[in-house]
Amino acid sequence: MSKATSVRPRPPASVPARMLALLQRGPLHIVIIFIALVWMVPTVGLLVSSFRPPHLVATTGWWTAFKPPFVFTLENYYRVLTTNNMGPSFINSLFVSIPATVIPILIAAFAAYAFAWMPFRGRDALFLIVVGLQVVPLQMTLIPILRLFTDLGLTGTFPAIWLAHTGYGLPLAIYLLRNFFGSLPREMLEASFIDGASPVTTFFRLVLPTSVPALASLAIFQFLWVWNDLLVALIYLGGQRSVAPMTVTVSNLVNSYGQDWQLLTAAAFISMLLPMIVFFSLQQYFVRGILAGSVKG
Amino acid sequence: MAWRYRTALQMEATAMERLLMAIVVLVGVPAIVGGYVVLVEKLLGLTPERARASIRPWLWLAPAVTLLTVFLVYPALRTALLSFYDASSTRFVGLANYVYIFTDKVMLMALRNNVIWLVFFTPITVTLGLLIAVLADRVPYESAIKAIIFLPMAISFVAAAVIWRFMYAFRPLGMEQMGTLNALFMATVPGFQPQTWLTNPPWNNLALIVVAVWVWAGFCMVVLSAGLKGIPRELLEAARVDGANEWQVFRRITVPMLGPTISVVTTTMLIFALKAFDIVYAMTNGNFDTEVIANRMYKEMFNFRSFGRASAIAVVLLVAIIPIMVVNIRRFRQQEEMR
Repeated sequence: MSKATSVRPRPPASVPARMLALLQRGPLHIVIIFIALVWMVPTVGLLVSSFRPPHLVATTGWWTAFKPPFVFTLENYYRVLTTNNMGPSFINSLFVSIPATVIPILIAAFAAYAFAWMPFRGRDALFLIVVGLQVVPLQMTLIPILRLFTDLGLTGTFPAIWLAHTGYGLPLAIYLLRNFFGSLPREMLEASFIDGASPVTTFFRLVLPTSVPALASLAIFQFLWVWNDLLVALIYLGGQRSVAPMTVTVSNLVNSYGQDWQLLTAAAFISMLLPMIVFFSLQQYFVRGILAGSVKG
Repeated sequence: MAWRYRTALQMEATAMERLLMAIVVLVGVPAIVGGYVVLVEKLLGLTPERARASIRPWLWLAPAVTLLTVFLVYPALRTALLSFYDASSTRFVGLANYVYIFTDKVMLMALRNNVIWLVFFTPITVTLGLLIAVLADRVPYESAIKAIIFLPMAISFVAAAVIWRFMYAFRPLGMEQMGTLNALFMATVPGFQPQTWLTNPPWNNLALIVVAVWVWAGFCMVVLSAGLKGIPRELLEAARVDGANEWQVFRRITVPMLGPTISVVTTTMLIFALKAFDIVYAMTNGNFDTEVIANRMYKEMFNFRSFGRASAIAVVLLVAIIPIMVVNIRRFRQQEEMR
């Protein structure tokens, strides 16, 4: 052990001991790395394909790219990125996705709090209906809602799509959050009420902060679904260029050039970047011990 | 070409509009939504104290209930009504659409396939998600592993279909295989015959399910992992100190503590299996005996323009979920009593 480690307040195990621990846990590492490698194969295939010219992608396996003559190209990325309107539609995607993530999560959190911690008549029945609504097929709602939006003059506006995604996202969001809120320790909330805190204070100061991992995971998925959504955007935004998100612009690109599906491989990676950044930045909230200290022994 | 004459002034106006929009999006929307409950509590202050406890839950639920009514309940009721009408929703046909669902050959095939989805997709996805969440929790490179498993969720289903068509691609024996699976098996298993993974019933259903598992295990993993982080470390350590091995810790502490989350994830995946659509639509479009009810509904609605039948299929989906939800409510009640 070096001197540097011995001055630390809690010296970590010595190098040989750590090696031994690593060896003993060998099977664990092998299993988890194996699963991860298997999971990566299709993604790597897609990534490699996105750098290959279309005729080769259509005729040879993606791994042949690593054999001579090493034919790679940036053509796919170049064409997607230089598409007219790609910049504004990136911003539009943000304008659609951020509120369409924030609104449903907040509204679902209010509802989940009521379902979990406020007794009222018909609570179970209402909850059953709310969660059961998950099964309503999106496609069946398009026509009646579109008619409604047209009557209200909302078609082709951002609020229309925010409200729609909120409606569609709420059942799952309420379901997940009610489960997490319900598992918070009763003593913790009761202590807060005894201290004279109002339900609003308890909600913002106690319930939301202690449910951060659940809120973070929900936020990731809601963001992802809205970000990758094409159908809802096509229908309610009405294909207007000025409000078109990336998915609509990419889909127009692929359709207008006919058989250019290989552009999808590049587009997939470009549109994947932001959700991955969101995932990594929310990852830090997936930590143990957020609840620690909130309840007395 | 009018856009050529757009003046600098107009350009500036759009830029201003966008900036304004950004402020609305980042500040206005959260403030308005969050402000709602603060306002509610202010208003409740004006009501008699006795009434507050019974009014409060409804005010907290109001935004959710309103939006759900408009976006899901109203369309669902309308769908239920249309399911008793003919293709163009003009003539009442009684139960004819439902008779069609349970007698038509393709529909019966779709129903069978959804059972296959329920039986295979749900347990495999949840188990893998749980396994990965628990294993990754014990390694220092947890976030890298989780990112890899999560990645497929971030890929649009159209792109996922593109890559999985390459995974499953088939060339006759003797030609160079371009499909990853066939090439891999040809290289490693002696005497392996190239398989037509996507056109060989009933196994092709499993091929589609594999794609869905690949995408959705990430969802199960993230949600279960969030639940896992809520289990106090001291509890696990105490069990280990008492001499429990890792399997016992998993079986006796992790799984029971995660119970509610596992059932939530399982329910979500059951509903997903019932509604399975994207992958089937993009990869086989229900050909080669891989039809599923949601894809059938889509076809009835957009290809055959038969709103009656499409609506009836949607109603069958709705009804199929009821037993799952009842079991769920029972579980919630039990938890409540334990809490």
